[in-house]
Order: sequence, then structure tokens, then C-alpha cells
Amino acid sequence: MKPMVVLVSVDSNSVLLGARHFVNYLKELTERFSLQDTVDILETGTMGVYTQGVVMAVFPDDVYYSVRSVDDVEKIVTEHLLKGRPVLSLEIPKDKLKLTVEREKVTAETRIVLRNVGSIDPKNIDEYIARNGYFALHKVLFEMKPQEVLNCVKASGLRGRGGAGFPTGLKWEFTAKVQADQKYVICNADEGEPGTFKDRLIMEGDPHSVIESMIICGYAVGATKGYIYIRGEYYGSVENIQKAIKDAYEYGLLGKNIMGSGFSFDLTVRLGAGAYICGEETALLESIEGKAGRPRLKPPYPPTNGLFSKPTVINNVETFANVPPIILNGPEWFKSFGTAGSSGTKVFSLVGNVVRRGIVEVPMGTTVRDLIYRFGGGLVGGKELYMVQTGGTAGTFIGVDKLDAPLDYDSFKNHGVSIGSGVILAMSEGTCPVDVALNTMQFFEHESCGKCTPCREGTRLAVQILEKISKGQGKLEDLETLKQIAYVTQEASLCGLGQSINVPLLSILENFKEDFIQHIGSISCPHGVCKFVKVQKPKMKV
Amino acid sequence: MVDREKVSALVKEAKSERLEERDVLINTLHKVQDYFGNYIPIEAAEVVAEELGVPKSKVYEVLTFYTMFSTKPRGKYVIRVCVNLPCHVTGGREIVQTLQETLGVKFGETTKDGLFTLETTSCLGLCGVAPVIMINDQYYGDLTPKKLIELINSLRNGGDTK
Repeated sequence: MKPMVVLVSVDSNSVLLGARHFVNYLKELTERFSLQDTVDILETGTMGVYTQGVVMAVFPDDVYYSVRSVDDVEKIVTEHLLKGRPVLSLEIPKDKLKLTVEREKVTAETRIVLRNVGSIDPKNIDEYIARNGYFALHKVLFEMKPQEVLNCVKASGLRGRGGAGFPTGLKWEFTAKVQADQKYVICNADEGEPGTFKDRLIMEGDPHSVIESMIICGYAVGATKGYIYIRGEYYGSVENIQKAIKDAYEYGLLGKNIMGSGFSFDLTVRLGAGAYICGEETALLESIEGKAGRPRLKPPYPPTNGLFSKPTVINNVETFANVPPIILNGPEWFKSFGTAGSSGTKVFSLVGNVVRRGIVEVPMGTTVRDLIYRFGGGLVGGKELYMVQTGGTAGTFIGVDKLDAPLDYDSFKNHGVSIGSGVILAMSEGTCPVDVALNTMQFFEHESCGKCTPCREGTRLAVQILEKISKGQGKLEDLETLKQIAYVTQEASLCGLGQSINVPLLSILENFKEDFIQHIGSISCPHGVCKFVKVQKPKMKV
Repeated sequence: MVDREKVSALVKEAKSERLEERDVLINTLHKVQDYFGNYIPIEAAEVVAEELGVPKSKVYEVLTFYTMFSTKPRGKYVIRVCVNLPCHVTGGREIVQTLQETLGVKFGETTKDGLFTLETTSCLGLCGVAPVIMINDQYYGDLTPKKLIELINSLRNGGDTK
């Protein structure tokens, strides 16, 4: 170990701010100044924040820098690493640092999912093991019966983090109870809910946590094969997960007779190819089977009839990442975080017009206000908040009157604010709800697979009507028609995609009714966003 | 002419990664498309169908269902723009406009010089640095119309995507 360590946050987001380039330059400079025996340069996953440039930390000095250019890198090397003088101008400023510390205070005890992200080298299995990695697997294989594992996960109250919130232990038990010659464990890493990028950063920053959990699940339900289905565009995740699987095989943590326990488990990666609908679990199964990703009719459900009609557990990346700490610390420990009906933490993606975009892990029950102002640092340019989308595209649109709703799996029922996949998309003044509604419905229209009529036609009609309103050609009765479309599509659609369009559509129509009415019969968009088009009157024939 | 042996080798490579008989079609198509650049010639798809024992119609269905696959050659640079809300409200509207104006094409079209194909994509999970686009397998974030025009011009002048 060298006396000094520079830790650089290198992930898919920070790479676009130049992280890779900065690391190379940092290495070049340390060699030029013969510092290679004194300074270790290590790459880690996300440190959560993006708008301040690439985050670099110098240890043991514990100084955090925000680096935006190669000149900044040079300053850090020539001043701090060479002469021991921290570069004050690049340090993450004291008030923000205080917030970061405060942030850590809140999240330090609650870093369950992100326990290793931003601290370890994700490509080094030894670093994962050094932080109790694969200890839970060992405990399960040598000290627990499958039923005990199921009981532990059930007792923890862990619920699916993909958005639906189904109790994980129950799902596992359904699969465990079915007798079959083959069962499967699948990790749904087809993260596509707009605004969500937590799964990507978990896989990039701590891939082994997902792998370990899938093996544990396999043992608990009696499955011997697993697939991680990752979005085709997620190159960084695919790379880190594949490396992690390879290393786990080499260490005897995957394959035959794991750790000499007699239990065997094989795991591989399958790629998506650009279809949002494949995040729906039965569409995902079709896709792994080499077909077009169209959802299946349910029931039967995957726990009894899943991949190749065999019993199958499908969980989200974040759900899996929760399991090893639950096994090691016990269900009571896990239940000490969060709310009564929703134990544990949630990783939120803070996006849109907030100052600090990024991901943050907080206990269930945290309010929208805290997420936007405390963790997100308020709005860019000190603007006023106008609307927030929570939970993703299938989530709710709320106004500033609902910011104090605590987010958990009951907040939709109790406050009309959904948690979904954990997106908090803040939109400042100057955003037009009609434009936002149109964009949202265009998304659903595009992603509808076309198999069932209500979804295919409902989304298309909603787009047509919203286009009309955004051009200033809407009528008051159009708003009622939109509501009807929302109800019918929700009631009659085959899968979760169509069934969920009522949530965004109705919430935006209800919470921003005035904005819609102001578009009707007026001469311009009240927010100056939509471009009104005059209807051409047909010319009279003479 | 499509090099059937090469495609055949790619299918074999994909087959070596399978856990079950029928679980590699999409991974195979990814490999074949990467080999041909950014599309899958029909003849190559036929080889895949034969080697994997899947009806040609099924392979065609899969090829046309998923947006990442194409059966027709696309431009040298395939530009995919995120059109979802997190990009839309952080300047994505202007990015879409700038792209269509600068390239003079609409979504799904290729420029006359064969350099650029413009496509939309759903969220790429890079919302920390929105608005975002992809050019071939490279991502670009924190974009402004000015940065975008510079990027397009540098590609027109023979720059690379790194």
C-alpha cells in the first residue's frame, strides 16, 4: 500500500464529464513527477453527485475535489500530491461539503444497497470479499436450510424495488414450493424507466452484490441456473458484470460445488436490444427465449410458469443487492430502517432541474421535499419548483402542495404520490404541464408493443388529443375524453405498461387542471412553451 | 456477398455461452450486427436461422421488433437522441431541434451523404448528465446546441467519435 491514494469516481455518467481522460492524465503526471511509488490511483463507482464535475478524493488527507479539466488535474498533482498543499479553489466548497457530510450522516447508517459503491474497485473481487462479500453466501450454504433463508427474507419485509413492491420473500417461496426438474433465477436489469439510473450505477459500482444474492436465491428456491438480463445500451454494466461473473467462477463461487458445499449454480448475461417493454417480466422471459418481447397473458405467473415454462424468480437489481446484508445482519436490523409497511432504504435518482443530479440512498419514508432540497440542493439558478414527477414515467405528477408526502409503498394510496422505481424529476417554473403530458404519452405510444388494442390505440389517441391542446386547438370536453382513455386503457390492457398510464395521465390532469384549461380558448401557452397553430379555415368555393 | 463462414463462426461463439438450447438468439444477433457495423444483412440472418434451427420468420420478427437491430444499412454514424422527460426538460427539446436542422433529416432518416442516421431512443440512464445522445457506441452528455454543432462538424471533417 502506498502512502497516498487518489480515488476517482469513474462510471457511465462521470465518464461523459471526462473521468477516464482525467485518470489517464493523472497517471501520466504522477509518473512524470516520479510519484508512482507514493501515490495509488484507484477507480471506484459513483460518488452520487454530477453537476460539480468529476469527483476525486485524496486520502489520507480526506480532501474531495471537483475536477472539470486537465488543468485542474495538473493543479492537484503539482500542488497537493507534490507539495502537500490542498487546492482550495477546486475543493468541494465548505458549505456544500457540510451538506455532503450531513448527507453522509443521514445515509451512513442507511447505505445498504450502495454499501460498496464509490468505495471499492468494482473490477476487483478481492475488494468485495474484503468488505464481507460472499460472507452471506457462505453463511447460507453452511449454516442455513433453504427454508430458513426464505423465512429470513420474508421476515425482513423486503419488497420489490423495480416499482411494484411485491414482497420478495413471498415470491421466492412460491417458486420454492413448486416441484420441477429445473428452476431459474433472473435479475431484471433492463432498467428503462425514464429518469432511473440506479441499477446501472449499482451494477457498475458493485456487481458482485447482485451475483452473490442471485446464488443465495438459487439455493433458497432450488434453482441452479440464472440469467442477468441487461439493457443492450448499458455497456459499462455489461462489462463489469461479465468480469465479476468470470472472477466468481475462478474463485469457485459460481459453477459446480460452490465453496465445497455441494450446491451448484451457473450464471450468464443476456442483452436486451432496445425495447422498454422487456422490463415487464413476462416480456423479458420471451426475450431471453429468443422471441419478440411481448408480454404473456397472466396467470400463470413466473414463480410457477416462467422461463421455458419452468418456475422462475425475477427480481430487480436493487432488490437483489439488499439481500446479502439482510442475511448477515438479520431481518430485525433491516426492519429498523424505513416505515412500517416498507422496510429498508430506497435508492432515488434525482434528475431534472435540481442542482445536484445523482443517486442517493435514504430510508423509506423520506419526503419529496427533503430529496429535492436537502439532497438535490434545490433548483438550478435558484428558480421556483413548479412540478415534480415521482416514480418514473408510470408514476405521478405532483405540484408543490404535495412535497411533504413521505415516500414508501403506501404513499400512492395515502397521498397520491407514487414511489415507483425511485425517480424524482424536478421541473422548475417555465415548464408546461401540457407539453410534459404530451411527452409522457408519446413515450407510452412509442413503447406500446401493439399486442393489445386498448394500449395501442389508447396511447395513440391520448397523444393526438394532447397534440391538439398543445397547438391551442383543444376543447374542454377533450379533458374528459383523456380521463376516459386513462380509465379504459388501465382496465382493459394486458400488461403493466397499458395498465399504468392512468397514473401519470390522471395525476397531471387533476393536479394541473388550470394549466390545461388555460390552453383552451386562449391565444398562447401560459408558460411560453407550446407553439399555438391557427386552424386554417377551409376556403369557400365560389 | 456475405461471408457465411464468418457468420457461422459468430453463431458458434454465441452458442458456447448458452445455458439452454434456445437462449442465445438475441445475443447472437448483437454479435452479427457488431460484425457488420450497424445492420444485419438478410443473408446473414438466414445463416443465423439455419445454424440455430429457428424459422427465418421468427428471426425476422425479432430483428424488426427491437430498435437496436436494423435490416438495412444505416449511416456511418447512427445518432440516437434521448427524447424522454429527464432530457426533455433539461434542454433536450433544443437538442432535438438542432439535430434535425443541422442534419436536415427527420427521425429514422439518413443524410444524403450517408454519414448520419438520426434515431430516437428511450432513457439511456445517464440522467445525471442530461441531455444525452449516443453516436454509435459512444455517449455524449451535458449537451448544448453549440457543443452539438461542434461535434457534428468535427465528424463531418473526418474526426472520430472518441
